[in-house]
Amino acid sequence: MKKILLFLLIVAVYVAHQDFWNWRQAEPMIFGFLPIGLAYHAAYSILAAALMAVLVACAWPKHLEDRDKSSK
Amino acid sequence: MTPVIVILAYLAIIAVIGSIAFKKSREDTEDFFLASRSIGSLVFFLSLFATNMTAFAILGSSGQAYRQGIGIYGLMASSSCFVIPLTIFFIGTRLWALGKKFGYQTQVAFFRDRWECNHIGTVIFALSAAMLVPYMIISIMGGGTVLANLSTSSATHQPLIPYAWGCAVVAVVVTLNVFLGGMRGTVWVNILQTTLFLCFGAVAVAVISSQLPLGFSHYMNDLAADPKTRFLVTREKMPPQVFWSYTLIPLSSIMFPHMAIMCFSARRVSAFKQTVVAYPLAILAIWLPCVFLGVLGAATLGKIPDPDGVLLQMLQKYAPAWLAGVLGAGIISAVMGSDAHQVLALSTMFTKDVFAHYGGHEKFGERRSVHFARGFIVVVTVIAYLVALSLKEKQGIFEIAVRYAFSGFAALSPVMVAALFWRRSTKWGALAATLFVAGFLVWTALMQTSHKPGDVLWQLGEGKEAIKVFFLNPRGDVAFWNGFMTVAPMVLGSTVCVILFSLLTPPPGPATLARYFNTSPSYAST
Repeated sequence: MKKILLFLLIVAVYVAHQDFWNWRQAEPMIFGFLPIGLAYHAAYSILAAALMAVLVACAWPKHLEDRDKSSK
Repeated sequence: MTPVIVILAYLAIIAVIGSIAFKKSREDTEDFFLASRSIGSLVFFLSLFATNMTAFAILGSSGQAYRQGIGIYGLMASSSCFVIPLTIFFIGTRLWALGKKFGYQTQVAFFRDRWECNHIGTVIFALSAAMLVPYMIISIMGGGTVLANLSTSSATHQPLIPYAWGCAVVAVVVTLNVFLGGMRGTVWVNILQTTLFLCFGAVAVAVISSQLPLGFSHYMNDLAADPKTRFLVTREKMPPQVFWSYTLIPLSSIMFPHMAIMCFSARRVSAFKQTVVAYPLAILAIWLPCVFLGVLGAATLGKIPDPDGVLLQMLQKYAPAWLAGVLGAGIISAVMGSDAHQVLALSTMFTKDVFAHYGGHEKFGERRSVHFARGFIVVVTVIAYLVALSLKEKQGIFEIAVRYAFSGFAALSPVMVAALFWRRSTKWGALAATLFVAGFLVWTALMQTSHKPGDVLWQLGEGKEAIKVFFLNPRGDVAFWNGFMTVAPMVLGSTVCVILFSLLTPPPGPATLARYFNTSPSYAST
């Protein structure tokens, strides 16, 4: 179940990249100077970082850490 | 003059770091190519990021934003924010583990073992090297151009450091750094380089905003209000097919040999944790200011002959000379950070995948292999420098080759995914995909040189209902299915080749599968 939810989360973040609703919009200008299309994708970058934080917390390949033991 | 002094001081520091790394080095290939797999978390992130960021992230992004507007950020940056960390998370960590377990130093070494093949690995090596070389050459060209532009006197309009000297300076410093320090010297330098160019964007925005006669909002609202410039603050001139296609391009990142080799160098797998989370934020820190300033340049500078120089022109106009020098060093950092890794990766591949694999290591031993690698670094950099000089006017060819390389490496990603995650994959599937990618790239090059923009190469149906399967877009690039980039059919075709030819041919032996998938040796017969 957890794997399915994480997979759906990845798909949702991917879909959010295709923001067709902002295609012809410049307004509103965020902070007065950042066109909405640019502000949206700046926020998307932060969302991508959050997605990775979730994956690290919930789907980290722990079995690979066995290799770490030999290097400690 | 001041920017030149600052940049030369910076280059001297890099050469010194390389020589300190040399004193710490041992005469074996694992130490020279991978710093004995000892790179810690923070340095790993800074170095991996420097490996992947070229001068394009600063100069190309602002130049493209000047031409096409804010859509460039979504097209190239935010798609990378999503795809690259995912590939590092799923593929990079596995590569690291396999390197630790079996001692791999290159992707090809893994492919050869995983699929019990020899010459097929060499084919993959040849295609990877062929796609990497133009990238390395264009890095040196970029370095020469940047140094010439930054040192151009506003009074005489003549560069203090001509193009040829600029290329030579970059080539010599990179060679010294890599020759002496190997991976250790390269990653130490990356700490300084990445820090510099991560700060670049914020400092440039702050300085330029303080010097502009009017506020940012004034210029942006002016662009939005004018129908002729409104496309710069929207994506109305950007085809959605191209925007979607670009999400496939970052798949190339993990397939670039210098990125994959970096993944082998981490001390612990936990180094990947911070890296994948910080990576999108670092892209944001560089690309957002550069894209914004590129669009702002269209509003403040008007028409300029060289859009890729928009940021340099803004710095020269609005920043004090010493700061322009520091920011220029940031740009040179981006050039040299990736160039050093490309040179080192080529040297690693030739030494391990060709020289050692075909008997050189057995004959000459570890110490001589390192000497071979160092010799190769000098030779390849000298050749790249000579090519950069003699084909300066044909830089466009290399830019096209680099665009091919991104599509080509992206299309090779199914081969890596199959090797890591699909037990039933075979060497014939890998070979079919590799030959398909190589063939497609050659075909694309031939079509682009023998046809003109607008020509339809293959069409289904007639009249308004017709679907243009392959055609040349207005830029002269081959496009697919009414406007998608060729990376789409390449990734699709490569995936089909891997699956189809793997299913048609026998899998590797049970013992090999057991090594990689912890299965019982009877797996293959079930």
